[in-house]
Amino acid sequence: MPHVAHPAFLVLGAYATYLLTTYGIDPLLAGLLLMPVFFVFGLGVYQFYYSTFEGRGSDQGLRGIAFFFGIAFIVQVGLILAFGVDQRLVDADYIGTSVEFGDMRIPQRMLVAFGVALALTSALALYLSRTFTGRAIKAVAQDEGALRLMGANPVRIKRWAFGIATATCAIAGALLIIIGPVEPGLDRLYIGRTFCVVVLAGLGSMSGTLAAGLILGVAESVVLTTAGTAWAPAVAFGILLIVLGVRPAGLFGR
Amino acid sequence: MKRFSIGALAVLALAASMPLIFHNEYFFFAAYVVLQFVVLATAWNILGGYAGYVNFGSGAFFAVGAYTAVALYKAFALPLGLQILAGAAASGLLGFGVGMLTLRLRGIFFSIATIAVAIILETVVVNWSYVGGAKGLPIMRPTETPFFANHTVWLFFVMTLIAVVAVGAARFVETSWIGRGLRAIRDNEVAAECSGVPTLKLKLAAATLSGALMGAAGAPYAQYLSFVEPTSTFSLNYAINALAMPIIGGMGHWIGPLIGALLLGSVQQIVTVTISSEINVLVVGVMLVVFVVAAPEGILGLFRKFFPRRKS
Amino acid sequence: MTALLQVREVSKSFGGFTALDRVSIEIAKGERFGLIGPNGSGKTTLINCISGVLANDGGGIVFNGEEISRLPAYQRTRRGIARSFQIPRPFSSMSVLENLVVPLEYVAHRDSLLKADMQGEAMELLRGIGLADKADTPSNRLSQVELRKMELARAMAARPQLLISDEAMAGLSSNEVSEVLEILFKLNATGITIIMIEHIMQAVMKFSQRVICLDAGHIICEGTPQVIVANPDVQRAYLGA
Repeated sequence: MPHVAHPAFLVLGAYATYLLTTYGIDPLLAGLLLMPVFFVFGLGVYQFYYSTFEGRGSDQGLRGIAFFFGIAFIVQVGLILAFGVDQRLVDADYIGTSVEFGDMRIPQRMLVAFGVALALTSALALYLSRTFTGRAIKAVAQDEGALRLMGANPVRIKRWAFGIATATCAIAGALLIIIGPVEPGLDRLYIGRTFCVVVLAGLGSMSGTLAAGLILGVAESVVLTTAGTAWAPAVAFGILLIVLGVRPAGLFGR
Repeated sequence: MKRFSIGALAVLALAASMPLIFHNEYFFFAAYVVLQFVVLATAWNILGGYAGYVNFGSGAFFAVGAYTAVALYKAFALPLGLQILAGAAASGLLGFGVGMLTLRLRGIFFSIATIAVAIILETVVVNWSYVGGAKGLPIMRPTETPFFANHTVWLFFVMTLIAVVAVGAARFVETSWIGRGLRAIRDNEVAAECSGVPTLKLKLAAATLSGALMGAAGAPYAQYLSFVEPTSTFSLNYAINALAMPIIGGMGHWIGPLIGALLLGSVQQIVTVTISSEINVLVVGVMLVVFVVAAPEGILGLFRKFFPRRKS
Repeated sequence: MTALLQVREVSKSFGGFTALDRVSIEIAKGERFGLIGPNGSGKTTLINCISGVLANDGGGIVFNGEEISRLPAYQRTRRGIARSFQIPRPFSSMSVLENLVVPLEYVAHRDSLLKADMQGEAMELLRGIGLADKADTPSNRLSQVELRKMELARAMAARPQLLISDEAMAGLSSNEVSEVLEILFKLNATGITIIMIEHIMQAVMKFSQRVICLDAGHIICEGTPQVIVANPDVQRAYLGA
């Protein structure tokens, strides 16, 4: 399904984290607290999407895309109205300090973010490969009919998957605002990054996703240091376009 | 066809005589923007409404038109007419290129690619100092405008002409065999191909035409503002409006985007002046979602529902 | 016999899964040909390769003496291969009549768009198939059997030499099955070669002059309906699977 609003939820997660931290809650804890809220929110969004588009079977392609695009847009403008276009930051003990390894100084916030992201990805990968629901989520993307024969309800599975995806936005959003300042327009960049990683990896592959994320990260840093910050936004999208043009079938063939 | 041509001529005549009625320059300034949206919405609909491929990057096609015009104007002082043709050609080429890259894939990949193109091109322009880079570039308007009271009125007339051409082109596509083929693609691409429709060729043609019209809409932009800079030229507002207007107006018929653009465009001109531009775009976003959910056939569909008439 | 269609050692795999493994078939002009096999045996993949919806990985497909396996689907339709779909794929925003106009415009009359009376011709086809009274109905309001008929009529509008009917009777009542069968017999009588893919054994056996049974991407049996029914491999494939 054409979920182009995912990056907008990510930024929404960052702002929700920001809001909680103003009450003195640690950003990571805030992200964890937000997870169930986002999960339920995700279930709701999918249910709504399903009952208006998929369930009706009414030309969901175009209107589904427009629906999520509109949602993303509303989130973005809503954030601008609520928080202004200025960047927002959070504070915690591990932000602003760094750890030294020999000559290397690594900011502690980066280590925290890296650790949590790695843990989250591994947990998701485990969940998808080891549990029945997890496998069903992978299966639903390939063959709904077969899943139905196995006695699983594809709609419920998809709703569940959507909930989980949205819940991860809470944590990821928290990480985002821990790493650096956040602004409402950020989701446009993350559309590029998200889809770049997904397309590079091939749909539905967790280990590929990790590798693709690394490739993109390295590519962005290289461009950042060689060509300057002004070119950075184009990197993810450039890679995305090249992959789409050169090896689309190999990367997400049916 | 005859009735449509007469209507088009009437619109042009009306536009030409507007200065006799309105003397306030701001009216033309605002009307220009509305007409610009008429072109963008109509152009978007050729690919989006008829064939079902969603372009999220209308701003990029618009901007390519604008910056092509600026670059050529700066380099060779080309007259406006040629600037528009060149802008249209460049954006048409862009549409063709993006189409070649992604129109073989599922629709969502085309949509994502258009976002990608928008951001890449914006980055390129930001780093391109010849056309002003991030800071922008002031554009001198010609001091004299023959036949027209001032330059704004002249640009208003030019945009009316582009809008008439765009709507005419959309109408031609819609009523011809091309339109039927595009609708077949939207309804079911495999069945279309198996019914003899050369789907890739048609989609490419639609993407090229759609892009070219958007480029034509963008070409006079720098002259209109006497200035050009990337953020406003690549604005997400173009993307969201170009998509929202046809969906809200109704995608099936050429008059849908026209209604949507005239309505939303005018409302936005008023809201932006009286309230704020953020509220304004929020309203567009909310209306888009509401219409997609509650009235998928747009205003046109609502109209047909409440005033059914016999099919001719 | 003169072969209209030759499938020569066609293979197709998806990722690691081999759907077709060097399948060869020859079909004569005017033949009524049946294709059977259990679910997932490669029937639909095979006709997708023939009609151009999928590109075959290996082997060749020759139609009327011309190698067509690298042509896009619309070119094959223009050369005379038309089909219906297992799950009907109507142009749902169009009326029934307009559904037929698409192939009329893009295949039959693509060189003489202005002169041809396509509405009339589409109406004629609908009359032949018994859908004339539904001509102005939006195609998304049709019943299952009407959809099946419309798809056959739409395929016929492309003036094919070879018509592929992909489970056109799935989900129909027995009365409706005989109706569709009758239509196919009538089309065949006008000289059109027909490949029928079907789960309803009775219908295939009644219709076909020759049948091939696919299982796991291989042809396991070929012959007249009587031979097929008696074949132990076929029985095993159907009952054992």
